[in-house]
Amino acid sequence: MDKTINLTLKVWRQNGPREKGHFETYQVKNISVDSSFLEMLDILNEQLISENKEPVAFDHDCREGICGMCSLYINGRPHGPDDDVTTCQLHMRRFKDGDTVTIEPWRAKAFPVIKDLMVNRSAFDEIIAAGGYVSVSTGGVPDGNAIPIPKPDADEAMDAAACIGCGACVAACKNASAMLFLSAKVSQLALLPQGRVEAKRRAIAMVNKMNELGFGACTNTRACEAECPKSVSISHIARLNREFLKASFAS
Amino acid sequence: MSNFLTVNIGRKFIMSISGIFLILFLLFHMSMNMVLVFSAEGYDMICEFLGANWYALAGTLVLAAGVVIHILYATILTLQNRAARGTDRYAASNRTVTEWSSKNMYVLGLIVVLGLLLHLYNFWYNMQYAEIAYGHDGYEVPAGSKIVGDLFVQPLYVAIYLVWLAALWFHLTHGFWSAMHTIGWNNKIWLDRLKVISNIVATIIIIGFAVVPVKFLIFK
Ligand code: HEM
Ligand code: SF4
Ligand code: FES
Repeated sequence: MDKTINLTLKVWRQNGPREKGHFETYQVKNISVDSSFLEMLDILNEQLISENKEPVAFDHDCREGICGMCSLYINGRPHGPDDDVTTCQLHMRRFKDGDTVTIEPWRAKAFPVIKDLMVNRSAFDEIIAAGGYVSVSTGGVPDGNAIPIPKPDADEAMDAAACIGCGACVAACKNASAMLFLSAKVSQLALLPQGRVEAKRRAIAMVNKMNELGFGACTNTRACEAECPKSVSISHIARLNREFLKASFAS
Repeated sequence: MSNFLTVNIGRKFIMSISGIFLILFLLFHMSMNMVLVFSAEGYDMICEFLGANWYALAGTLVLAAGVVIHILYATILTLQNRAARGTDRYAASNRTVTEWSSKNMYVLGLIVVLGLLLHLYNFWYNMQYAEIAYGHDGYEVPAGSKIVGDLFVQPLYVAIYLVWLAALWFHLTHGFWSAMHTIGWNNKIWLDRLKVISNIVATIIIIGFAVVPVKFLIFK
């Protein structure tokens, strides 16, 4: 708790979805390198409030890397300079004294800015909703081993299920494509027998929804995978393509 | 199936199928060229065989359709992808490490188109087209080996062709594995393998095409 740094922050400020935004420059002093990036922004906001200025709006909730609320495009990378972590888990030790840090919201047509650094990611919820239900036999508690699932499949499904829906993949992609997110959501069900029942309908409905919402197509550039805080692999995108093409040709 | 051609994955599927078709054509074309390295007579026989007869013309039309479809969908997708980014662009330059060619497929494709136009003018116009247009007037199309040889003794043309091939190399090192991925034929293990195969395929094609101009430049 001894080392501290001073930073210049270039922060995107925007009053509403239809307002024009601009960058404001702020100075923050004596930031502990042990604090998290969001704590640093909290300090900035306290400073702004004490100066009677409007604090910077940004999304956050759990601050432990599991909810998917935090975002921020920091110095040209979604979730900042660390690999495989969310912004809430990024620490100030990754920055040097005197650095200028540029902080922007996710930018994509399908993710309009709500205010400052907050963007509306309900497009993701719409994609999930389009996926529909999974049939589950209700009744008594099922036997844990009633449906055998090979370990590699279970592992793949779990890796896909690690997606927290943060949107970094869209933010990183030059095409603002939501394919990594969608492929994770399709894979986590398509890999398991319980999810196979509605697999075709689900793949088609979710892909159509993604298109309708204005996300771009995938050029297999792999920026999504490089920036995903949960290391979701693009191999899920190959599976999504397979699921969608099979479903399309079968119907 | 109804809106297959309007959704992203459907359009990308068209890109990959047309792209693979073009790769197969390039391999076929390259093997014809290789004959010229060994025997001018053999090459001239092939040129005559693939002149203005119905099967060569049908093949040319299918090929042209493949090229047009590939470029058409490339343009649609590229515009759609730009629009998806939204109006406000990032101010900080992007620091995510990615494959360069994957982000420049359209520009690389445009270089390929320019090269293609020059190529059609240099060869196709003087060979198949000349035969279609004037063949019936008793016009003798010059031997293929002569047209090729006359062009590639000029260093400028060799240089232009090599730049063209370099653009194609970058296009294909990404294009081949990307096409497999788009079709769904990929997973964690095959991703690295396909990238290696991609580099090999691209390199074989480019060396194969470079041999002829370089041979004429050096050995006349
Ligand atoms: C000999 C010529 C060509 C060959 C063999 C070829 C091959 C390929 C292949 C295999 C792909 C991968 C498809 C996929 O990702 O699923 C591709 C992608 C692409 N090609 Fe070509 N191509 C050629 C010419 C062109 C031309 C003339 C253009 C025109 C501008 C072009 C533009 C593109 C673009 C933009 C993509 C990426 C599409 C995307 O991922 O959104 N290509 N090409
Ligand atoms: S795939 Fe990764 S980057 Fe995309 S929403 Fe899920 S967790 Fe975030
Ligand atoms: S605040 Fe929940 S993941 Fe960052």
